[in-house]
Amino acid sequence: MNAVGSSPRRGGGYGRVTGHQEYLADIKLPDALHVKLVTLECARARINAIDSTEAEQVPGVHFVMTAADLPDPMPRFGPQFQDRPVIAVGETKYHGEPVAAVAAETKDAAEEAALLVKVDYTKLEDGIFSVADALAPDAVLVQDPALRGASSFAQTNIIDEKHFGWGDIDDQEAHLVVEDSFQFPMVTHFAIEPHGFMAAPDGDGIEVWSTIQHPYLLQKIMAKMLDLPLSKVRVHAPDPGGGFGGKQIPKFEPLVAFMALRAGRPVRLVLSLDETFQQVRRSSAEIRVRAGFTAEGVFTFMDIETNFLVGAYVDIADRVVSKSSYSGAGPYRIPAVKIIGRTILSHTTPSTAFRGFGIPQIGWARESLIDEAALQLGIDRLQIRLLNLARYKEPFIPSEEADGDWEQTVRTAAKRIGWGDPLPPNRGRGIAVGLKSGPTTGLSYSTVRLLYDGSAMVYAGTSDMGQGARTIFAQITAEELGVPLDDITVVMGDTSVVPYDQQTSASRSSVLMGTAVQRACFEIQGKVRAMAAKLYNVDEGDIKVDQGRLLLPDREFSVVDVMQEALAPLGGEVIGNGEMRKDKEPDHPLGGTAAFFEFNCTASEVEVDMETGHVTLVKHVTVGDVGKALNPLQVTMQDDGAAIMGLGHTLMEHYIFDNEGRVRNIGAIDYRILTSMDLPLDLHSESVENADGPGPYGIKGVSEGSLLVTAPAVGAAVREATGKIIRDLPLTPQRVWEALQEDENGS
Amino acid sequence: MNRTLTIETTINGRRRSLDVAVNHTLLDVLRDDIDLTGTKECCVVGECGACTVIIDGRPMNSCLMLAVEIDGSEVTTVEGLELEEGLSPLQGAFLDEGATQCGFCIPGQLMAATALLQQNPDPTVEEIQEGLAGNLCRCAGYEQITKAVLAAARGVKQ
Repeated sequence: MNAVGSSPRRGGGYGRVTGHQEYLADIKLPDALHVKLVTLECARARINAIDSTEAEQVPGVHFVMTAADLPDPMPRFGPQFQDRPVIAVGETKYHGEPVAAVAAETKDAAEEAALLVKVDYTKLEDGIFSVADALAPDAVLVQDPALRGASSFAQTNIIDEKHFGWGDIDDQEAHLVVEDSFQFPMVTHFAIEPHGFMAAPDGDGIEVWSTIQHPYLLQKIMAKMLDLPLSKVRVHAPDPGGGFGGKQIPKFEPLVAFMALRAGRPVRLVLSLDETFQQVRRSSAEIRVRAGFTAEGVFTFMDIETNFLVGAYVDIADRVVSKSSYSGAGPYRIPAVKIIGRTILSHTTPSTAFRGFGIPQIGWARESLIDEAALQLGIDRLQIRLLNLARYKEPFIPSEEADGDWEQTVRTAAKRIGWGDPLPPNRGRGIAVGLKSGPTTGLSYSTVRLLYDGSAMVYAGTSDMGQGARTIFAQITAEELGVPLDDITVVMGDTSVVPYDQQTSASRSSVLMGTAVQRACFEIQGKVRAMAAKLYNVDEGDIKVDQGRLLLPDREFSVVDVMQEALAPLGGEVIGNGEMRKDKEPDHPLGGTAAFFEFNCTASEVEVDMETGHVTLVKHVTVGDVGKALNPLQVTMQDDGAAIMGLGHTLMEHYIFDNEGRVRNIGAIDYRILTSMDLPLDLHSESVENADGPGPYGIKGVSEGSLLVTAPAVGAAVREATGKIIRDLPLTPQRVWEALQEDENGS
Repeated sequence: MNRTLTIETTINGRRRSLDVAVNHTLLDVLRDDIDLTGTKECCVVGECGACTVIIDGRPMNSCLMLAVEIDGSEVTTVEGLELEEGLSPLQGAFLDEGATQCGFCIPGQLMAATALLQQNPDPTVEEIQEGLAGNLCRCAGYEQITKAVLAAARGVKQ
């Protein structure tokens, strides 16, 4: 069995091509009530009164839930701060925040009634929609200081200010100092499956269904909010139809749980795409970078200040800020670095995790500034990166060392894009280097059951939201136990059945859960080895196990054959458990070193239409240091997909707000993502494999690398083609055209 | 409560007489009334293609049609693609080429591609990209989807 390094058909693929895969909205709970949210046509408003009389007269309507029906004080929750209310209380803080929820027998009735809920509200004019608004001396406070505890920032809109760095930037001399500021827009995840939530009373407990990526986090939050033991909260998490970070953190699960308990029946809330747009997004950011260089182009210092505008509730955004800021200086050898990262509240959709976790924002600024330095120093943009890149095992942040041959990755990307080859008119090339910390802590358990007929079941609490975790865990099991891939079932998505997993994020699952699965297989190997020793009267120490084969001194057997012989005549199974733990390191600024780094080099060649400002991607190359490609096709799928997603925020995606904080381009018509007609003419993804990762067989995580620095690579190419530097994304035809109209003085 | 009309239609080869609410879309009826949940709901404004079905040989957004409009028509959904002997060549190619990630857009992609191949059995890459331009994939498996359609076209020709 050579399952590792192969690209079999995707686990769960049959259901996905036949329509039989059950996503959340496909699950029909008998007797379920349908829920529709009531929202306001502005961001910030005082709720004076809610009159549900007329709504409740719509046939089929059971009740309308508002803050008045929930415990006082309003229960609040969140992964970092307990700031998000179950439903808006007293005031709405972003456009789309629900103030009431209708429960009815049918969708039609719920929708009709939602329009009849009379909300008496007062628009509040001084909403916070930008970093400047938030930091103004007379700014209103987005959050009640009473919720902020002992924070020294409680009387401001700053949630926290992170300070990282080493050395003293003021002590460093420099031949050249460059400085610039850059902006990164608000963009949304746009998973094709909108978010959905269901709940049902379950005896003395509750069952919850969610499109969530982190079912065990949801279980903890529900248990706490409902004062139930974990054993009485059962979370069903069917494979999400795309997550990208947007489905990590609970949103309306507590609301539907309270509604189900009130109704004594299941309730179901499936959001529309438009509603989903108003609930999750990537944090926008304003980033100032200053850097010093020697005449030869060697870094002497870097000074980064980031202001992330995170939205009305913190969600996981403060972690986005700290984790991305910490490695914001990139994979370079820099003697002195100072980083300040601010998490800033606003009256906008709460931002959350989004593929890349803050790195695309900082990478856009840092890599663009390095190009500026190279141009001013007359050094090639590839060479300045190679010159400063940390070498294998070299510490580049205190307590973090380079975990790969990063130069190999960069040189491969340069070669594939044809770096240095002559360019036709109106063309330009760019190259950029991205680095993202993998998980800093982790805890994954897996159980593997080798069944009597030689098939196997793998229990893993990862969410397979498209990355193909089902395939990976089956491949590991096939490799270790010699079970054919088609005979392996991977069970996920039910906290009552599958053991604990911390979360599905940070490209962790192949490495962390994969290790747990492999260890569970090792335990089975050990048990079967003991069986073989007994059956054949051999010392256990003399039996080796390799790819599902037991190698005795004079003969060999398959694991399955030995198991069957040992367990006959009753049958039965052999069960293995595996655990992978990456503990907290209390003294580490992030609470733990990175389990691995996702290192990527992106290179792009563009052609700019000088009449219209339209950018065509002639060639786009991403190369990632993946350790080993356990499933090469899935690695390519992740890399191609992430690159194309990165081209979205680079070229076309952004929320547009009006002066009342309303998102004006909600939904698929007005918010554009790439289609099959917008692709690079030539898209090339490639892996560097040195088997130097911490996961099984030397793998590292892979799912985010190729969108980390899409924007600076394309931006640099546009700059070379046009001679114009653009500091704001996306690089829409209008923005590029406007830059082309500027005279040499930039006015 | 809502006014209904009776329609006669053939869905995945099966003749059906359905009482449908006059205000319900075909997507509503497929998913909620007759449990054909393979057809997916996403944007409901005809932009994402997740709800694509084939009506009388043409790919249509089922979110933009009232169910009463299919009276007398023949409808194929993703549940109707599988052949007696197993997956269709196109379905198999989607799996072999890695076109299926989260899978949520895939029913729509398959229906659009099936209709494309019926009209144009030997499409070029550009024709495939144009034919599937109305089907969004946020996993962005566009390269793999295109390869799968090409592979299926070549396989069928052989």
